Order: sequence, then C-alpha cells, then structure tokens
Amino acid sequence: MEPKIAVSIDDLTVAYNYKPVLWDIDLAIPEGVLMAIVGPNGAGKSTLIKAILGIIEPIAGSIAIYGKPYHKQRQLVAYVPQKGSVDWDFPTTALDVVTMGTYGSLGWIKRPGAKQKKAALEALEKVGMLSFKNRQISQLSGGQQQRIFLARALVQNASIYFMDEPFQGVDATTEKAIIIILKELRKAGKTLIVVHHDLQTVPEYFDWVTFLNVKKIATGPVSSIFNDDNLTKTYGINYKVSVQE
Amino acid sequence: MSAPQIEIQLIASLVAIACAIPGVFLVLRKMALISDAISHSILPGIVIGFFITHDLSSPLLIFLAALTGVITVVLVEFIQKTGLVKEDTAIGLVFPAMFSIGVLLIAKNASDVHMDVDAVLLGELAFAPFERFDMGGTDMGPKSLWVIGIILLVTLALLFAFFKELKVSTFDVGLSSALGFSPVVMHYGLMSVSSVTIVGAFDAVGAILVVALMISPAATAYLLTNNLKKMILLSVLFGVFSAISGYWLAHYLDASIAGSITAMLMLLFLMVYLFAPSKGLIAVLHRQKRQRIEVSLLTFLLHLNNHSEISERHINHLNEHINWQKVRSRTVLRLASDNNMILINDQVVSLTEKGKSFTAQALEYIITNKEEHIEHLKKDFFLFRG
Repeated sequence: MEPKIAVSIDDLTVAYNYKPVLWDIDLAIPEGVLMAIVGPNGAGKSTLIKAILGIIEPIAGSIAIYGKPYHKQRQLVAYVPQKGSVDWDFPTTALDVVTMGTYGSLGWIKRPGAKQKKAALEALEKVGMLSFKNRQISQLSGGQQQRIFLARALVQNASIYFMDEPFQGVDATTEKAIIIILKELRKAGKTLIVVHHDLQTVPEYFDWVTFLNVKKIATGPVSSIFNDDNLTKTYGINYKVSVQE
Repeated sequence: MSAPQIEIQLIASLVAIACAIPGVFLVLRKMALISDAISHSILPGIVIGFFITHDLSSPLLIFLAALTGVITVVLVEFIQKTGLVKEDTAIGLVFPAMFSIGVLLIAKNASDVHMDVDAVLLGELAFAPFERFDMGGTDMGPKSLWVIGIILLVTLALLFAFFKELKVSTFDVGLSSALGFSPVVMHYGLMSVSSVTIVGAFDAVGAILVVALMISPAATAYLLTNNLKKMILLSVLFGVFSAISGYWLAHYLDASIAGSITAMLMLLFLMVYLFAPSKGLIAVLHRQKRQRIEVSLLTFLLHLNNHSEISERHINHLNEHINWQKVRSRTVLRLASDNNMILINDQVVSLTEKGKSFTAQALEYIITNKEEHIEHLKKDFFLFRG
C-alpha cells in the first residue's frame, strides 16, 4: 500500500521583493518519514517551512496538510523555529516557554491551567531539562535553549513536526539527545521535517531527504538519492561524501 | 490636601498606569521609538478632531487622533518595506512631518483653537481639574479623569484577555503565527491601544513626556525581574510612584508637573540602572572583575597542575612566570588557599586534592564544553557563577 502523503506542495513560489527565493516547488512528503531539507545558504530552506506554516504568504502555489489547508490543520502541526529567531533575554522561564506549545490547543483568550502545566513538565522531563524549569531562559546554554524549543514542540502533541536547524550551535550531547527523540517520534508514526546543515550526518540521522536550492533538486529516500550527483547539483561544486550503505 | 490636588495626583497616577502597560510590550518588542512617533503624529488628529467637536475629551477626537497614530505606524512600515529607507530613518521622517502639519494647523487657526504649542509639548496637568464632567447638573469630577479612567479599564481588560497572545507574539513571532495567533493582529492591536492611551495622556502630560511614561517604567522594571507579570506590576508601581512624587516635587519647586514626573522617572531609572542586584551596572562591573580573578585563578591552578618541579612552583617564580602584578597574584593566592585548593610550604605552592579535582573538572569543561560537567561545580565553586 502506498503511504499516505502528510504534506503536499504544488507549484509553490515565494518571493521577497519580487526576487524568487523558492521557485515552482512540487513536493510530496510521505507520512512517517524523518526528512532532512538540505541546501546551501539562501536556498530557501527556512522559507519553505515558513510558507508551509503560513508565516510567509507565497505568491503562487498551494500547500496541503493531509489534504487540507494549513489553517484547518494547525492542531496536527508543531514548529521549532531557529533558535536565533527569538530574544532569549525575554523575561520568562523555561517552563513558561514550553507551556507556549499548549497555546494552540487552547485557542484565543483561554489561559493555560493545571493540565497544560503538567504536559509542559512532562515534555521538559523528556528532553532532560526538568531541573531547569524555573531557570530564566537567558541563563541556559545554547544546547539547553534548543532542548526547551524541542520540548515546546513535543507539548503540541502533533502529527507533523517542522524544525528549523535544531542542531545549530548545540553541544554533542544535546545533538544526540535530540536525534534520539526525533527517532522515537518517527517510530511513533510521526512525520518530521528538519532543516539540516551537516551533510556528514544526513545518512545516520535521516531516512528521507530533500535537496533544495531555490528549486527542488531531488527528494526521496536517503539510501537511493543521497549521492554526489545530487549534492553537486544542489551546492554547485564538485561534492564528494562517502555514503554509508 | 485640597480636592484639586488629589484629583491631579489621581489623574497622573491613572495616566502612568495606562502608559506603563503597553510600554512593557513596546520595550520588549524593541519598539520604544514608535511611541515617540505616535505621540507626535497624533497632533494633527487632535487639532482636526477639535475643529469638529470643540471638546478635547470627546470620544470622536480621541478616535481620530488614535487613528492618526495607527496611520503613522502604517506609513513607517510602508516606507520601510520599499527598502529605500531604513526603519529608524522612516520613523524620523514620518513623525516630524505629521507633527508639523499639526503645528501649522494650530498656528493658522489660533483664534478657533484653544491650544498652544507649549501645552501640546508639556501638557496642562495643573488645569485638568477645571474641566469638569457635568451630568444633569451633578459634578462628576474632572473630565480627564473619566477619559483616562475608561482608557485604562479597556487596556486592563485587553491585557487580561490577551495576555498569553501578547506574550507569545512578543517572544516568538514565528510560533505565534504558526499557532494561529496572528502577529499582525497583535501588532496593530498593541499599536491601537498605545495610540489611544497616548491621546488620553496627551492632555495631561504632553507629546514629549508621554514617551517617558511609556518607556522608562518598563525599562526600569526590565532590570529588576525575569518574569513578565512582575515586570508589568513593577512598571505600574514605578509609574504611580513617579506620578505622585513628581507632583509633590513640582509643588515644592513651583515647576511643571509633567517635567517633575519625568525627572522622578529618570531618577528612578538611574538608581536601578546603577544598583539593580544582577542586571545593574555596579553588579555587572563587579561580576566582570570577579570573573577576571577567577580566570586568573584557573590559569594559576593549571600552571601548578602542569609543573611538578619545585622551581616552577616557588612563589617568587610564579610572580614572574605568570607575569601578574603583585596585587593580583596575592589575591589569587589568597583565593586559592581560602578554598583549600593549594598548600604553601616554604614558599613553594602545591595543589591539594580538592585543587586537583577542581582543575581536572574545569579542564574537562573547557575541552568538552559540556554544561552538565559543571552543573554541580556551580554550587561548590565560584568560578562558573553567572
């Protein structure tokens, strides 16, 4: 049986000031994959995620989450933005940031209560940050901040997770902790879409990959398409990485 | 205290609270300057509103003026979006233009408009009790008290209803948008509330000082707390304190009330800026000095760790070798021996067991850069504090 398509993108074009950053993207992401989006700087990786989540308005094309537009499927989707996109001096604690993940299910006006707090504490425990729950967020290391963001996505209890460079600026322990959680989520049938920079780790961490450089270069299982040919097409230089079989 | 005195202090306090609340979010969103822009550019709105209504506290005037405020924000964003002009430049272009229109309107219609430029800039808090709100022959108190009271109630209601939305859209625009709390809606909501509040406060404190009431309580509170709710509460408290103490300062100096309130706000900020426990200037300088000494200590311990030969561990030699001034090496030596990390025998320094394990752990931290290695060290030792 063909796997269900979690995210389907048709003819997507996004432009900033009339300069296309994503051009005519067609992409079908099957349910249950752990997918890396790779490509050089300025390839539109973050933009692709932001367009899927309705944060950026595309100039053309359509996007569907399990066949419906994103705004009808918000509850199915969790999002981990780039760590650098927020001000970590904001006056709040680790627990409070994780609790923000529950806001979507609450909707407007309703406040988080005991149930939401419990969910947030469980998520903090899952990422090994429970003892830091009352720590002011600027007092956390880069890796710890990234774990907080991951916990906030876990609390959303979604089917599809979008993560923008979750491994950027984190220590090796955090990287391992994060990849373990991502693999657990995939095992539980979730779909994960991760913007990733470190090409070396793609075969080890991911089972699906999309090469992107303004246009879509290739998408499919890591085992069959993660090769020098696609890397060269994407990065524009002669690329050699050894792919473990 | 006479009744007008109480009324003035009450109006000043309500203005301070109404300004402090949106001020917190403006400061956190790094949009402090926008309040300056709004406060100036509402002037044409107020003047035109006054032509129509002949009443400074009419709701129509407040609406028109607040609308000019929001239009300013839209204009700034529009100019900035073209990419031809940077944001701060766009602000600097738009609000003087709007303000000048207001000034010209006043000058050309001086006979019709009971307003002068001084009052526009500095407010007329002292005259506020003279404008009474009369309902069927009963005196209901000063009009400005009602105006700012109602604005404050609306602000409070919105704050309580949308606290979580305000928080998430201020902290993380991307998540807020993905969760369905439109950052655009929150942005213009905050801009509208700020505009209305500024219009309501304008009459009392004028175009220049209303900015101080919005920004400085929030900036002061920011240095004292890591909790958003406490930051709002502290801002409100600082605002009210400055309003009342500023009133009495003006009373004794026989000076402008708005000027005195602002002076108190600035004094309060200066005190907190210098003396705040962890984010204050003195605390920061103290911490930097301590960190320098702690790094010196670690350098010293590592040196001892690397050299077993006695000649390298003689006190005089250490002075020359690590090349510290006498004072600093004495501080470091005392720090190390106070913490039982070294023993000094015959002017020869050696590491104790505790010193060795500390050095080993510190080394491991430096090499691996793994925070968990020093979590427990943070409590036992002093090197990694802050």
